[in-house]
Amino acid sequence: MLGEGILKGLAETAKNFAGSFVSAERLTTVQYPEERIAPIEATRDFPFLVYDGADWEAGLRCVACQICEKECPPKCIYIEKSTDKKPDFTGKPQFYPARFDIDISVCMSCQICVEVCPFEAIKMDTEFELSTEDRFAGLLFDRKQLAKPNEHYRKIHPAEAAAVDARLAAEKAKAGARAKAASDAAAAKAAARPAEGGD
Amino acid sequence: MAVADNKTEKLEGWNRPPVMEPEGEGELLEVATGPHHPSTHGVFRMDVALDGERVIRLKPVFGYLHRNHEMLAEGMSYLGSMPFTDRLDYICSLTNNWAYALAVEKLTGQEVPERAEYLRVILGELTRFQNHASSIGFLIQEMGASGTPLMYAFREREKILDLFEALTGARMMVNYMRFGGCRVDASAAWLDAARKVVAGLPGFVDEMDRLLSTNEILMARTQGIGILRPELAVNAGVTGPMLRASGVNYDIRKVDGYGIYNRFNFRVPLGDHWDVYDRYMIRLLEMRESIKILEQALKDIPAGPVMDPKAKLRGFRPKPGEAYGRIEAPKGELGFYLISDGGPNPYRYRVRPPSLINLTVLEDMALGENVADVVLIFGSVDIVLGEVDR
Repeated sequence: MLGEGILKGLAETAKNFAGSFVSAERLTTVQYPEERIAPIEATRDFPFLVYDGADWEAGLRCVACQICEKECPPKCIYIEKSTDKKPDFTGKPQFYPARFDIDISVCMSCQICVEVCPFEAIKMDTEFELSTEDRFAGLLFDRKQLAKPNEHYRKIHPAEAAAVDARLAAEKAKAGARAKAASDAAAAKAAARPAEGGD
Repeated sequence: MAVADNKTEKLEGWNRPPVMEPEGEGELLEVATGPHHPSTHGVFRMDVALDGERVIRLKPVFGYLHRNHEMLAEGMSYLGSMPFTDRLDYICSLTNNWAYALAVEKLTGQEVPERAEYLRVILGELTRFQNHASSIGFLIQEMGASGTPLMYAFREREKILDLFEALTGARMMVNYMRFGGCRVDASAAWLDAARKVVAGLPGFVDEMDRLLSTNEILMARTQGIGILRPELAVNAGVTGPMLRASGVNYDIRKVDGYGIYNRFNFRVPLGDHWDVYDRYMIRLLEMRESIKILEQALKDIPAGPVMDPKAKLRGFRPKPGEAYGRIEAPKGELGFYLISDGGPNPYRYRVRPPSLINLTVLEDMALGENVADVVLIFGSVDIVLGEVDR
């Protein structure tokens, strides 16, 4: 019969139309600014710099090795290395970034900077409401704007942050043991020397 | 001289579309369809010469979205161009990742762990499913049914994109596959979510089938329109659903068996009438075959690492040589051709995009058809301009 296919199709649309009134599962959209869907944990947006402790400047994990700057495909990272050193989380003196800028308008959220970072210093944020009236200075983030505490990282990516924390703690323990062994050896040597001198 | 002439003659024999002559008196009307036209999805221009309603000439104009992809990739490390491959065919980022990873793995002789291969197949088939679903939606939209089938397709695509986001961190620009595996492992919860989504997919295909396949208007608009003869399709290098709709049995998943595709049981649907309706039907049937592969892969996926521990992420230098990695992307054969001179970046990087090569037969399909059908034929090719222009 001519028109049978059309009627069959209309039955399908009618089912969908009526179904949205009875089943909440069929409502696939939300009214965005007022309603929000639950964030997905793996979501990534733009990078931020992780710091430990209370002071963002002293706690930055970044040691300005500039690997991310080199590997960044759209070249949106700009780093200036410091001339002096400050102690990192294991107590070892390291360089720090005197300047660390990311141009958010160029960044394409590819996560390569996170993958290549050997110091777990740069991670992906989930903040996406970044629109601003000034598209040049407003979207060029310096290291103060990029620095976020480790607690923030734990909040947005709990599973990933736990693994990172465990790895860093192990590294710190290892460095501590090494430092202790070194100081013990030095103390033993110092203790042994006067005895040698005595002879 | 005579030899050369003979050769060009032979080439022209298959390469040139039949010349259409205007009938009767009057002038030709030349219409530039695009580059900003509601029905061309992307910035693409067709210069059409019309004799009344009939198309006499059609000249496709590419290049509005050229982004220098190949040259950029030659200037940066192998890892650096992985996120840029997402932006070729932005509907199917994961298959682009896969093809590029395959080419680099061939170049460096890198092995891929079993679980990563399974994950690649799962993600590749989910990509194929959502591409074909939205492609059918776009095709119907181009016929004037603005909305309903496309929104149904997008509702289903949304579920698949949520899966992608939960695994890779992004809905479309995934940057997921690496040389020697995949970036992160899929959790048990993710696999369960994927199983749940896949269980709902056959219902969606049935719904699309009931909604569209026997619709008289759709049949009247698509059957016998935009015929692509198999010999021309083969000669022009057309691949993918376009080629199979012309009745040529060529699917790289079967021919190459790249990855682990030869372990799965699936069939390759072929067209009988070579027209727009066949291309629609082939995509619908391929969605069903994708579901079959997905079910098998989700059942058999083994435990284990997703990344070869010996694989290097950055700073590796492949030995001088060349490699061509190709896969059956949703739109056709997607290939990456790499030449290494021993440096940290490729000496030559070339993409073989299915969209561009499938589009070269547009004039042959459109000649002699009505102007209203040109947009429809264009839609049945299923292109993404990001891949055409690169």
